[in-house]
Amino acid sequence: MSANDRKNSAQHASADGSSTSNPAAVDSSLADQVADPKRRRLLVQGVAAVGGLGAVALAVPLLGSMSPSARAKAAGAPVQADISKLTPGQLVTVEWRGKPVWVVSRTEETLKHLEEDTERLSDPASEVEQQPAYAQNAARSIRPETLVVIGICTHLGCSPSYRPEIAPADLGADWDGGFFCPCHGSKFDMAGRVYKGVPAPTNLEIPPYRFVDDNTIIVGEDSGVAA
Amino acid sequence: MSSNVEKQGGGVLGWIDERFPLTKMLEEHITKYYAPKNFNFWYYFGSLALLVLILQIVTGIFLTMNYKPDGNLAFTSVEYIMRDVNFGWLIRYMHSTGASMFFVVIYLHMFRALLYGSYKKPRELLWVFGMLIYVALMAEAFMGYLLPWGQMSYWGAQVIISLFGAIPFGIGDALTIWLKGDYIVSDATLNRFFALHVIAVPLVLVFLVAAHILALHEVGSNNPDGIEIKKNKNAQGIPKDGIPFHPYYTVKDFLGAVVFLIIFFAIVFFAPEMGGYFLEHANFVPADPLKTPEHIAPVWYFTPFYAILRAVPDKLGGVIAMGGAIFVLFLLPWIDRNPVRSIRYRSVTYKILLFTFAIAFVVLGYMGMQSPTPVGTLISRICAGIYFGYFIALFLVSRNEKNKPVPERVTS
Repeated sequence: MSANDRKNSAQHASADGSSTSNPAAVDSSLADQVADPKRRRLLVQGVAAVGGLGAVALAVPLLGSMSPSARAKAAGAPVQADISKLTPGQLVTVEWRGKPVWVVSRTEETLKHLEEDTERLSDPASEVEQQPAYAQNAARSIRPETLVVIGICTHLGCSPSYRPEIAPADLGADWDGGFFCPCHGSKFDMAGRVYKGVPAPTNLEIPPYRFVDDNTIIVGEDSGVAA
Repeated sequence: MSSNVEKQGGGVLGWIDERFPLTKMLEEHITKYYAPKNFNFWYYFGSLALLVLILQIVTGIFLTMNYKPDGNLAFTSVEYIMRDVNFGWLIRYMHSTGASMFFVVIYLHMFRALLYGSYKKPRELLWVFGMLIYVALMAEAFMGYLLPWGQMSYWGAQVIISLFGAIPFGIGDALTIWLKGDYIVSDATLNRFFALHVIAVPLVLVFLVAAHILALHEVGSNNPDGIEIKKNKNAQGIPKDGIPFHPYYTVKDFLGAVVFLIIFFAIVFFAPEMGGYFLEHANFVPADPLKTPEHIAPVWYFTPFYAILRAVPDKLGGVIAMGGAIFVLFLLPWIDRNPVRSIRYRSVTYKILLFTFAIAFVVLGYMGMQSPTPVGTLISRICAGIYFGYFIALFLVSRNEKNKPVPERVTS
């Protein structure tokens, strides 16, 4: 076999030598003309493999450098909010990890509305994990009167507007108060639960939080972490 | 090679030609590139697109001399350029107007291709290169719009980056964080967008434009009659209906450039914001990560696709529809199966289809600028249906279309 190979390659070599005057024949198949095509193929594959590995090795640090830096990760510390001055129906915004977190004081009447017309909501029982386990209840909160929710629409990240009024002209007669996203028209109720037929797929996200005392909450850590 | 050198004369040019194919390239692409003699108004936009690209690169270089890609400094550095830098206002308004005019020119250039079937065999790859330029241009414009760091910059970027979050299996969220380099759009995002906007994407654009022009000169230009001028050559092998690009079309394009620049500078001097269409009002307020503006919409050139996104009441579905609306354009050369290129010799059905498609595209563009309302959403849904319906109908109709007889030689 090996003798045959050598004979073949010798023939190729002689054919090569006689056809140099014709440039088309020279580049017809360079691999056939070398002394040992197997060795040439192995070398080409080896160089390609090593080069490919080098490219991957270069891509890791380059692409990795685009992930959040250590400083950006460290900026996610918990924040404390004083809610003693919150009047019924009022919303205050706290910044946590650069995102707006809303703290809303809900009235008895608002809480009553949460239990009505739940068939208009896509996930009334908050089955999708958009909240810690302790907020998976009808009011989506630790204490029913205080809603703590990340004010970022689950559609494309706009911050919805707070529309607590009942049946305003622009939102229609069946509006029970809630959050309306001006970007793409997504609607959420006063517990941040999304209505059916709007672009947002899930309820608003409830961050981890806990009450330090009746007037102070900490956003970004919960009793499980703090204990 | 040796024969080439013999032909060429001495002097400086001869010295260069022995070492670099200068004369050869000039002849191949300009003085002996034979273009059809029947180009009309629609054929201005290719050279105008090149003109705007050069304007954008030149004004962009001078803007970077005073701009600061920093979350705390970006907004004020743009105001500094506008108020304190000598002629800064002019350079910046040329750049911002240039962005919108780039899309005006490109949309008309693309519509020309639809009118005269310029994407058909053998020009499929030419069309694909053009589409890649269009996509790169959208990326370039999107990233450039973040740089002034106004409210619309900020929330526009937030929305567009969040589009990638629709990808399922946990990839989406990780991808958006990686793209932003932070958990929100932040200084890190601004800085990388600056890097991509001023060097990465422009390099890709210039490369693609070169590939687009090389592909064009390989297959030759189409024309309003959609017939192949290379089929009728004289004894010297020159197409009988062809005229050399220089001086004939350089002169024609020069006139186009003058008229275009008159309009361009009328906008720069008298209406650089174009009533909020070229520069949106909300962008004169610094970026605030805690407050979304009441009404947010992308700049006009993205709104047709944005309206399609909003028309679908499902996050992933909306993103797929929007991406599909752009992707389907890539397939146009294979969707349109009619061998006749020009609309002049195609059926009435095709004319109606194309006209409806164009209207739906414009209506979508308008709807994408408006606040979401139930009626608006319905109109957007109808127009999105027409948009995609066009390609389905074209695929079916183009198979057995009643064409008019196509002439042997170009008309007029």
